[in-house]
Amino acid sequence: MAEIVLDGVTKRYPDGFEAVKSMDLTIADGEFMILVGPSGCGKSTALRMIAGLEDISDGELRIAGEVVNQKAPKDRDIAMVFQNYALYPHMTVRENMGFALKLAKVDSAEIDKKVEAAAKTLDLTEHLDRKPANLSGGQRQRVAMGRAIVRDPKAFLMDEPLSNLDAKLRVQMRTEVSRIQQRLGTTTVYVTHDQTEAMTLGDRVAVMRGGTLQQVGTPRELYTQPVNLFVAGFIGSPAMNFLSGRLEGKTLQTPLGKVGLPQAPGADQQARDVIVGIRPEDFEDAKLAAERGHAGVSFKTAIDVLESMGSESYAYFTVESEHIGSAELAELAQDSGRADVPGGEPGQVVARIDAASTIRQGTSAELWFDPKKIHLFDPATGAALKTG
Amino acid sequence: MKYTGRERSLWSAGIALVILFSLIPVVWIVSLSLKAPSTLADGNFLPQKVSLENYRGIFKQAIFTDALRNSIGIAIIATLIAVILASMAAYAISRLDFPGKTAILSGALAIAMFPPISIVGPLFNLWRSLHLFDTWQGLIIPYMTFALPLAIYTLSAFFREIPPELEQAAQMDGATAFQAFRKVIVPLAAPGVFTTAILVFIFCWNDFVFAVSLTSTTHALTVPAALSAFPGASQFQQPTGSIAAAAVVVTIPIIIMVLIFQRRIVAGLTAGAVKG
Repeated sequence: MAEIVLDGVTKRYPDGFEAVKSMDLTIADGEFMILVGPSGCGKSTALRMIAGLEDISDGELRIAGEVVNQKAPKDRDIAMVFQNYALYPHMTVRENMGFALKLAKVDSAEIDKKVEAAAKTLDLTEHLDRKPANLSGGQRQRVAMGRAIVRDPKAFLMDEPLSNLDAKLRVQMRTEVSRIQQRLGTTTVYVTHDQTEAMTLGDRVAVMRGGTLQQVGTPRELYTQPVNLFVAGFIGSPAMNFLSGRLEGKTLQTPLGKVGLPQAPGADQQARDVIVGIRPEDFEDAKLAAERGHAGVSFKTAIDVLESMGSESYAYFTVESEHIGSAELAELAQDSGRADVPGGEPGQVVARIDAASTIRQGTSAELWFDPKKIHLFDPATGAALKTG
Repeated sequence: MKYTGRERSLWSAGIALVILFSLIPVVWIVSLSLKAPSTLADGNFLPQKVSLENYRGIFKQAIFTDALRNSIGIAIIATLIAVILASMAAYAISRLDFPGKTAILSGALAIAMFPPISIVGPLFNLWRSLHLFDTWQGLIIPYMTFALPLAIYTLSAFFREIPPELEQAAQMDGATAFQAFRKVIVPLAAPGVFTTAILVFIFCWNDFVFAVSLTSTTHALTVPAALSAFPGASQFQQPTGSIAAAAVVVTIPIIIMVLIFQRRIVAGLTAGAVKG
């Protein structure tokens, strides 16, 4: 167990491309840190630099206080779970899990004991003498985990370990990973492109984009106080709705009507254009909101599509909004292929409403949103404006 | 896939034709070797009376038994060295990006293309000055040189098939680069290693040009060269029967090799390493 510190760590390829740009990140002892971002954001490269599988071009990497830039992976005492598991096909499950201990010249009785203990935790006992080829995807994934935990290393590195599993198994293994990490209390760095995994697993989440760290914080912080458009759009599902707006002092002009803010963001009181972000879950059927006595802003709109999930419904509607030309949002939309990320389709809004609502598709309805939960962003920089 | 009766009979006929075509010379040689010297030219394809005289004859000749020993020794040593060197070279070529990589590959290819006969003359002179003429080393060196390109090509194709994550996993597990190579990569590339070994072995075993030019005595003469030097029973008689018997005898080790390694040449050994 150990603290991992990235101090200005940079990965520069010979052609000058920087995959990771001066990354500063401290992963506390025993912490479960998630690196998340769209593909190509440098998260895997960062992980591989921690592992020692990629050279560090610049900056310093410390594990347990010791600079390890020049250390070979084998001398760093960290275990890694690969996306494709990378099990040794010519070895049985037992040999796979015991390989590291065998290399470390641990005596074979001790290896057996540790492997069997790990197998028990992972429910692999009856498969110990089988070869990886004869295991299912979920079992292989557990063997890969087992190979990491038998070693009791300073840290676990996981590179999208669940992305090859089908959806149901992924949810199950997600809980499993979380349970194991909590029980062992080993520092863990987990790379994923799936924001749900990031939100549910991590003690803290580091969002990356284009090789640059955007924001590090607890899932709650990222959700409630995203520092920029990218983080706001990336975290949360369905994604946050973005609309064009104009801010004059404490009054915000939005396509959904005029909103009075509790406090003017920023010192300058000049009127300015802003991007307004509202999460789908901050909307509600106006009728229900009124019944519950929630104060907020109501507006009338035509509901294009209503998707009922049983426990809740998603209402899609369109508002008059200028096209929001933001590179960050364009990248998000491209990465996720999500139609509900604006930028591609201006004015398309999704609202989550209570299943008890009587709103119907194709009719006009009155919706409500909570102005306290509005996020404002600078259209030029994408940075969040403090709403107090 | 299901075949109709007509398709099946066409296939069977085709296969039978190919088998016949490839086996007739073999059967002929075996048949010749089993004929008594006096009945060699009796015009029968199969021997009327099976005689082991030719076999007894060749094993009584020192030139053959010595040649057999030389052949086995030289081919095994050349194969071992070639496969070990080639697997390391092929691994580097398949995994690393180093300056001169293409030069090495094209150089290897050029050597493989090079007609051995064209260097035999100079080599003969060179070997005599270096005292390598008529020695085992004198044959092992050219065999290795000509076998390596082929071995490097075959092996690098096999190594490329192995996901690099496996070595990375091994490195994370605490293996040095060499341990990862020896304990993870080589066992996985075993089918490739054995295939290559067989090819190299057959090449060394069957070579005639170098063997006949660079050796002169039973000190290093190999079987193919020895066959050409077989004496007949009299100076007017061709040693056809002895040559046929010797040819059968030298084919046997190759068949045994292939049968042994056949089991190791199992495709799909890497199945299950990564999500397939």
